[in-house]
Amino acid sequence: MFRSLTEPTGRLVTVSLDGRSVELPEGDNLAVALLRAGHGPFRTTPVKAAPRMPYCMMGVCFECLAEIDGVPNRQTCQERVVPGQSIRRQDGARSTGSAVPPAPAARGTP
Amino acid sequence: MTAGPAHQAAADGATVDLAIVGAGPAGMAAAIRAAELGLAVVVFDDQPAPGGQIYRNVAHPPPLPRHVLGPDYHAGAALVARFLASGAAYRPSSLVWHMAEGSLSHTGPDGGGTLAARRILLATGAMERPFPVPGWTLPGVMTAGAAQIMLKTSATVADDAVFAGSGPLLYLVVAQYLRAGIRIRALLDTTPRGARRRALSRLGSAWSGRTTLAKGLGLLAEIRRAGVTVHRHVTDLAAVGADRLDAVTWRSGTVRHRLDCRTLFLHQGIVPNVNAAMAVGCRHGWDEGQLCWRPALDAAGRSSVAGVMVAGDGGGIAGAVAAALSGEIAAIAAASDLGRIDDATRDRLIAPLESRRRRDMAVRPFLETLYRPADAYRIPSQDETLVCRCEEVDRGTLAEIVRRGCPGPNQIKAFSRCGMGPCQGRLCGHTVTELFADLTGRSPDAVGHYRIRMPIKPVTLGDIAGP
Repeated sequence: MFRSLTEPTGRLVTVSLDGRSVELPEGDNLAVALLRAGHGPFRTTPVKAAPRMPYCMMGVCFECLAEIDGVPNRQTCQERVVPGQSIRRQDGARSTGSAVPPAPAARGTP
Repeated sequence: MTAGPAHQAAADGATVDLAIVGAGPAGMAAAIRAAELGLAVVVFDDQPAPGGQIYRNVAHPPPLPRHVLGPDYHAGAALVARFLASGAAYRPSSLVWHMAEGSLSHTGPDGGGTLAARRILLATGAMERPFPVPGWTLPGVMTAGAAQIMLKTSATVADDAVFAGSGPLLYLVVAQYLRAGIRIRALLDTTPRGARRRALSRLGSAWSGRTTLAKGLGLLAEIRRAGVTVHRHVTDLAAVGADRLDAVTWRSGTVRHRLDCRTLFLHQGIVPNVNAAMAVGCRHGWDEGQLCWRPALDAAGRSSVAGVMVAGDGGGIAGAVAAALSGEIAAIAAASDLGRIDDATRDRLIAPLESRRRRDMAVRPFLETLYRPADAYRIPSQDETLVCRCEEVDRGTLAEIVRRGCPGPNQIKAFSRCGMGPCQGRLCGHTVTELFADLTGRSPDAVGHYRIRMPIKPVTLGDIAGP
């Protein structure tokens, strides 16, 4: 779908995308790099679970949200590719617990 | 004025003369001039590099032939270089999330804090006007501005895309794609029938804007020469698909069309990005010519809130050249208000800038008339069309709430969550005001806009709690 007209200006580095390793150019705009890698949808909506992808690419629409390094609701169009980064798709609504470890009681449940 | 962390400002100890929000043409030009006049300046910008959207990434553009993005883009490199050498402190990738008279709170890569500022200049620029058509939230539908940003930051393109809408930026991006040798499926031009005739009657005032006009006509000729399929007077535009875009449909006259495509770039002009100015309490009014909210400003950019100024497209759409001039003018006025220059110096410095700005803006009434978005593309008529993308509130839900006697946008928000998602009304505010006005026969000014609150971008509790 999306492709680059030039060789990547940054060296290829490994990031984790939904737990799978992919190579993206270091320093590239994260949303653009993910689009080129064929990633999608970026998230599903909290209300109707509709699939969404980046729309404005300038930080005003909040469609490109993803969980980056454990922090939810990050705007991927405002981020750059960093080696070792972990990007996860967001499904539905965030909960306040999504960025913290599960409670001990929950861990013990089989 | 909003209560908040303002009281902490003194504790931080840092005070600047001028804090500028936004490093586009207005913010950069203001910083350069203010620093020249001896002011202590800091510039916050949410992007990792200066330039705003118009000159995005211009200091380190991808290695494309220079004619692809064109001379007007590359001209921004000189401004960026002057800005970086100006002595103004520059905070990239930084969010200003709270402001009050005399202080602002920010967060960024080096942490955040609260800063006391004798003057605040909002140079937050423009964003693309919401274009609520059926299917505009489908994956595969983006804006033409987004297409251009991907080109500027990463030389990234989509083959066989359809471009739809109206306005100078749309034609510019199509031309840039063509110069890069990218195949375009079609250009669907929604400029209404009769717009050219109406606009030509306003050309008389635009003689001094002839360079702008020549450039615009050049773009259209470039697109014609390239042999792109162009459909004019496009109505009933819709994006079609289940989980992603499959096709675009429209009418030309009485003929219905359908075109399969995987990427659709929409554009319906640009509007001021007013969230910051509204949140700090600047009085705004509806501009009938530009069909948008704009802050009430004096000639130098002073808003209704003491100590808060606005420059560039955030104060009304005027383009990059006028934006830079308005930034310089605001910086000079700030220096004068702070007692750093006398009135005679101020007037002598501002006069030539003001006359250049007036000349540059003479073409605006023509452009506003020619590219006035059709009512149907600002005020959706189909009940299923989503107005609020974040909370997924459709036109039918809003119309029903209005029919039951809802008094205004803030009550619509309370009843339906419309405007309450992470974009904080940026992508639905204009539509809600105009839809409400249309349904009730009131003016947009009488209807008003959402009450925008701090923080003006989502931040973590840690940011608010401070270091």
